[in-house]
Amino acid sequence: MKTKTKVKAEPMGVLTGTHNLNGSEACAEGALSAGCRFLGAYPIVPALEVCERFLERAKEVGATFIQMEDEISALAAVLGASWTGTKSMTVTSGPGFSLMMEHLGLGVMLETPCVIVDIQRAGPAIGIPTLPSQGDMMQARWGSHGDYEIIALSPSSPQEMFDFTIKAFNLSERYRVPVTVMSDGYVAHLRERVAIPPAGEIKIEPRRYYKGPKDKYLPFQRDDDFVPRMVDIGDGYSFHVTGLTHDERGYPIMNEECQEFNVHPLVKKIRHYVDEIIEVQEAETEDAEIVIVSYGATSRVALKAVEQARKSGIKAGSLKLVTVWPFPDKRVAELARKVKAFVVPEMNCGQIVLEVERCSYGNADVIFVPHGEKGVDNPDDLLSAIEQTTKEKKMRRGIIEYKQARGV
Amino acid sequence: MSINKQGEYKVEALKTIEMEEVHPMENLLRMDRMPHIWCPGCGIGLAVTAFSAALEKAKIDLNKVSIISGIGCTGRVAGYVKLDSFHTTHGRAIAFATGIKLGNPEMKVVVFSGDGDLISIGGNHFIHAARRNIDMLVICVNNFIYAMTGGQVAPTTPLTAYATTSPYGCVEPPFNIPYIADSSGAVYVARWTALHIRRLTNSITEALNKSGFSVIEVISPCAMYYSRINRLGDGLDMMKFYHDNSEIRHWEDTKNLDIAFQTPIVVGKFVDRERPTYTESYNKWLLSLRKTDAIEANR
Repeated sequence: MKTKTKVKAEPMGVLTGTHNLNGSEACAEGALSAGCRFLGAYPIVPALEVCERFLERAKEVGATFIQMEDEISALAAVLGASWTGTKSMTVTSGPGFSLMMEHLGLGVMLETPCVIVDIQRAGPAIGIPTLPSQGDMMQARWGSHGDYEIIALSPSSPQEMFDFTIKAFNLSERYRVPVTVMSDGYVAHLRERVAIPPAGEIKIEPRRYYKGPKDKYLPFQRDDDFVPRMVDIGDGYSFHVTGLTHDERGYPIMNEECQEFNVHPLVKKIRHYVDEIIEVQEAETEDAEIVIVSYGATSRVALKAVEQARKSGIKAGSLKLVTVWPFPDKRVAELARKVKAFVVPEMNCGQIVLEVERCSYGNADVIFVPHGEKGVDNPDDLLSAIEQTTKEKKMRRGIIEYKQARGV
Repeated sequence: MSINKQGEYKVEALKTIEMEEVHPMENLLRMDRMPHIWCPGCGIGLAVTAFSAALEKAKIDLNKVSIISGIGCTGRVAGYVKLDSFHTTHGRAIAFATGIKLGNPEMKVVVFSGDGDLISIGGNHFIHAARRNIDMLVICVNNFIYAMTGGQVAPTTPLTAYATTSPYGCVEPPFNIPYIADSSGAVYVARWTALHIRRLTNSITEALNKSGFSVIEVISPCAMYYSRINRLGDGLDMMKFYHDNSEIRHWEDTKNLDIAFQTPIVVGKFVDRERPTYTESYNKWLLSLRKTDAIEANR
């Protein structure tokens, strides 16, 4: 059953107007605008500013904040709060994101809507807390054990931090899955103008509640869209849910049939709707020979690089991923048949580039550009990679990494 | 029954009377999930019986009670009780319950789990929830062993007791659960053995009506693993041993509640005090901020 009804945002949480906000503040505002009234988190650089802003505004909005004892319990509390009908989120960075993987899995299994904001920093382990990174992108997809599909968005500016946080809440309510907002230390600290529209113009996806008789409620009975209906704790449904493989009633059943019954829809409910979920932003890709595939902070320089490359006569274009997961397989494959090469700048040692390579099916060169050493806003590495690619005559296999681009 | 002239019994007279058999706690248990997974002689069932009886005695709105369990034998309790129930990850039941309580402060949340779940992997959540004084009742069934995984040594296994991972006798001193709860700030702490049904029921009833972090430890036999590896007889033998060797000492200093291998166990109600709960303090803070804002706005 498709519900097209959308409700408008509750005016209390919406700070309408144009503000000078950094990415973290914009994220907290986005959450409050989306109706989030519970934030459970553990302090971590560079994510704690989101908590501070949220707490500052909590008194006006009547929201609850709790600083839990670790990130494991932070996400556990968020899941618990979500079942009471309170929109909930948590915010963290790499080390905390690792601890959250346990409950990301539980969130997927219990099909609990919630939002996880990951302000990525350099890793592994403690890494450099203040150095922005995009090193958690694959973890967001594969971090928890078992089979599942996830949704991850990647904002590149404070405005997008605001917009995508709302979008994340809407997607999580629509598909009943934890949605991650994969930001980074650069965007979280970047201060820019953020336009917050009036509450009436913000579309909010309502929770998909069960409305039948109380004794007939089955927590995991799926509509034809694979998404089961929810009820709130305390409304008298006496329902049971478990992290074990379960049947429609939410009761644990340990056999292969039930595993299939339970887990396949978790995957299907996302895969079936990839066209609705996936969002990309394209610039000058119609006639492009070289397309920059980027997301988050690195997409800020992609447009700059496209502009400069066009000036020097190179037909460059940009494909910016709004939703990194699910990955836009179809669009990348389509472009691969038309373009000479993809150039993928990332602030890591190559993660999403693997997906680009997979989806280009050998039809285009895939060049990886480790980005950020000369500054996140510096397109030089990217430009030199584009220029070198245009000089290449032959098609090459695998992912190509320009050593020169790295300045090594 | 009647006999005819020929002295034969009338067959129809032997018809059984059809009676609808109803379990006395059917309204509180998920009968469609019976039989349960617990072994004969296990004490968890008794703890559930006491809890169900207490729910009726406490006269609270059952729609506003939620039960959350972790992993393990006791972790299965949530699945058998007909309340809004959650079977969550190992050790995190208290953290999950914290979210429920804060999301909907009207709820009475009960965490029902085992010693390994609550005190080992969930030890951190246990002490912090006690410190914050989150309004919840924690019922910890202590069987001195990890039973679901086949009898490994637990943080509560008494010194010298055998387990599969302590084949020469446990060398680690065990935790004293009431002492941890007390020193972390719990407002209600009690301990009973599984056979103290009436006292346990009364304790749970009392704790259900109390606001704040309450802990009730239930000493339960594990007939399958702890008993077998330590040669302690069957479940009933152990249950009787625990009951007969328990000493009721209310208000005993929780420091003195260590449990050694097969020695007398001190039971009773040890702590009952008042402290503001997290929700109370948080709401007070919100209200005071709003008031100061209103005063500033009027200036």
